[in-house]
Amino acid sequence: MKLLIKNGRVVDPSQKLDAICDVLAEDGKIVKIGKNITETADETYDATGKVVAPGFIDMHTHLREPGLEAKESIRTGTMAAAAGGITTIACMPNTKPAISTSIVVSGIKERAAREGYVNVEVIGSISKDEEGKELAEMGDMLEKGAVAFSDDGHYVGSSRLLMNAAKYITSFDAPLVSHSIESELNADGYMHEGAVSAKIGVPGVPSVAEDIAVARDVLVAGYTGAHIHIAHVASKGAADIIRQAKAKGYPVTAEVTVHHLTLTDEACMGYSTATRVSPPLRSRDHVDAMREALLDGTIDIIVTDHAPHAPEEKDVEFRKAPNGFCGLETSVGVVLTDLYHEGVLTLDQVIDKMSCRPAEIFKLKGGKLAEGAPADITILDLDKEWTVDSDKFYTVGKVTPFEGKKCKGKAVATVVAGKIVMKDGELCGK
Amino acid sequence: MAKAPVSLAGRDILDLESFSVEEYNLVLQTAAEMKKIMKRDIKKVPSLRGKSIINLFYEPSTRTRTSFELAGKYLGADVVNITTSTSSVVKGECLRDTILTVQSMCCDAIVMRHPIEGAAVYAANVAKPVIINAGDGAHAHPSQGLLDMFTLREHGLKDLKGKKMVILGDILYSRVARTNIAAWNKMGADVHVAGPRPLMPYAIESLGVTYHKRIEEAIEGADVIDVLRIQLERQKSGLFPSPREYARIFGLNEARLKLAKPDCVVLHPGPMNRGLEISWDVGYCDQAAIRDEVQNGVAVRMALLFLTLTGGKQIEAAN
Repeated sequence: MKLLIKNGRVVDPSQKLDAICDVLAEDGKIVKIGKNITETADETYDATGKVVAPGFIDMHTHLREPGLEAKESIRTGTMAAAAGGITTIACMPNTKPAISTSIVVSGIKERAAREGYVNVEVIGSISKDEEGKELAEMGDMLEKGAVAFSDDGHYVGSSRLLMNAAKYITSFDAPLVSHSIESELNADGYMHEGAVSAKIGVPGVPSVAEDIAVARDVLVAGYTGAHIHIAHVASKGAADIIRQAKAKGYPVTAEVTVHHLTLTDEACMGYSTATRVSPPLRSRDHVDAMREALLDGTIDIIVTDHAPHAPEEKDVEFRKAPNGFCGLETSVGVVLTDLYHEGVLTLDQVIDKMSCRPAEIFKLKGGKLAEGAPADITILDLDKEWTVDSDKFYTVGKVTPFEGKKCKGKAVATVVAGKIVMKDGELCGK
Repeated sequence: MAKAPVSLAGRDILDLESFSVEEYNLVLQTAAEMKKIMKRDIKKVPSLRGKSIINLFYEPSTRTRTSFELAGKYLGADVVNITTSTSSVVKGECLRDTILTVQSMCCDAIVMRHPIEGAAVYAANVAKPVIINAGDGAHAHPSQGLLDMFTLREHGLKDLKGKKMVILGDILYSRVARTNIAAWNKMGADVHVAGPRPLMPYAIESLGVTYHKRIEEAIEGADVIDVLRIQLERQKSGLFPSPREYARIFGLNEARLKLAKPDCVVLHPGPMNRGLEISWDVGYCDQAAIRDEVQNGVAVRMALLFLTLTGGKQIEAAN
């Protein structure tokens, strides 16, 4: 099986590549990149006027399977990823049962290979069943293909457990991904504590809850030498702490979500449950700090924290709604609209933060356009205008705070292992 | 009564932020007429005959629920009370379905009390009947704000412009505080708040108030003091050390009241914890308008039901 992508603007900052040329893939790998490739292929894609980028990688998603299929499944979650132009997603372990054993890791990998539209990487739990008490069998899970460990959704409250996890993982060279929000301060709040929460009366979570937790986690990374990746950084204080930790050479990396780069707590004014998320949408100064931290390299990558819930779970009073919303089908469009076209990020930076750098941090094979690399490719139309319409989403959890947003820029084709899985918004090849 | 230049017909009453000065005046003038009806020997008029009102209460309430019920009944409406602890809500019915169920029974207004902020907005988005917010979490309690303003008018405070209005106590969890801050700012008053810092929202000044660490400096020269109820759970969750210390340092007592203007009006939305946020003597002193608030609550709620359900067209009949 050969796929030839013709005449695109091929951009890969990791290879210092930005040129109009062709890409040839064969048997799932990129075999040639160059001008005027004349070989005959089984399928040819005309990418004239479009950007051909290494496949986008989203290291923070929730596929909800096993156990929570009313919210999402491996099939629907990977469909959403393909539709959004994402070729690799990592799924978090807060499923039922939690991803705490190698058999669950294997089960997800196998089902994803059979039913999935895109590559699925598995993040196992740090503690057994994410209970924060005993270490999960991380070595065992790594052997079955897990790439990182996290108790995402829960803060590892026990500093002793985190220290032991950090020391233990140094034998295996995989990152711990920390959901860093101090639990007690987080427990009674439902949005960012600030002027908006004061006005609308919703109990707030102080941003210092995040700062406290991030401070502890980077100190543990510095002390143990374990690589700790801070999930969904959303506070200015946390970004400052990570900046200092990196300056000291601590093995710390960090991610920020699309929504924490683009939305503020003003979105909560009408009590829409589509704005309920943890960490919460924060005030403008925090959003500006996230952008600054992304630009100066304090924050390494952009993720979605795609966290779908059954629509009826979100159709309730504000405080009763679960945290999280879907993001896989909006991330590329929102980033191109609000960050690229607004001049916050260059195209190279977008591709670096959403493909190259995630692959580098988590030691994945993708994230580059080079001969021998997996033929995972995202094709972008930077100027395509479209409107976010959740009725058209593939994800089960339709709720999004970006509903109705007018976007400029979209992934128009998704190629996974040399096969086109999405073309002009339609899924194919399965 | 002068022809109303504004109308509240069909309007959901969710908060007071959205009220114009003219709308405040309309409600307060109508409430004055309603109070006359209340004082009659036979206090019933047919203005809302044939209208049905459902009181849907997700929280315990004495004065608000009873006063909405009586307000409807004095105007001739059929009023049904749903207390959620004895309804299908305990079977797990969600708010959307409960609202749609009562709507199917052709009610004209739903008066709702709910512990979660934004529940009234949610209900208004779901329901066709008029929604009157009888308190949603720490967000708003519009009829309380209106009855407080009505009570102040009766006590000679017709124009609040430049007046020093003080709110004491638990601002963080208080819908009454948010409602009165919005209403009083709209009227051009100078709004001050005081109480222990853990009971204040993080960005308290952004609400358009001056915060004082100690209540004495807030009270000094005050025209109005609104004392909020301190819920004992707040102490249990560690927001202040003890009821004893609260009463001693942050409670309104006779000595502290002397710092205010001599004719300062004392409000309290009730129910009072006498001996905690307000001393026994202040609760019953001449300046306390607390029992007037209760009576005026009925008149203001009559006005709200009347204006939203009829638009005021039958005001002559009410007279």
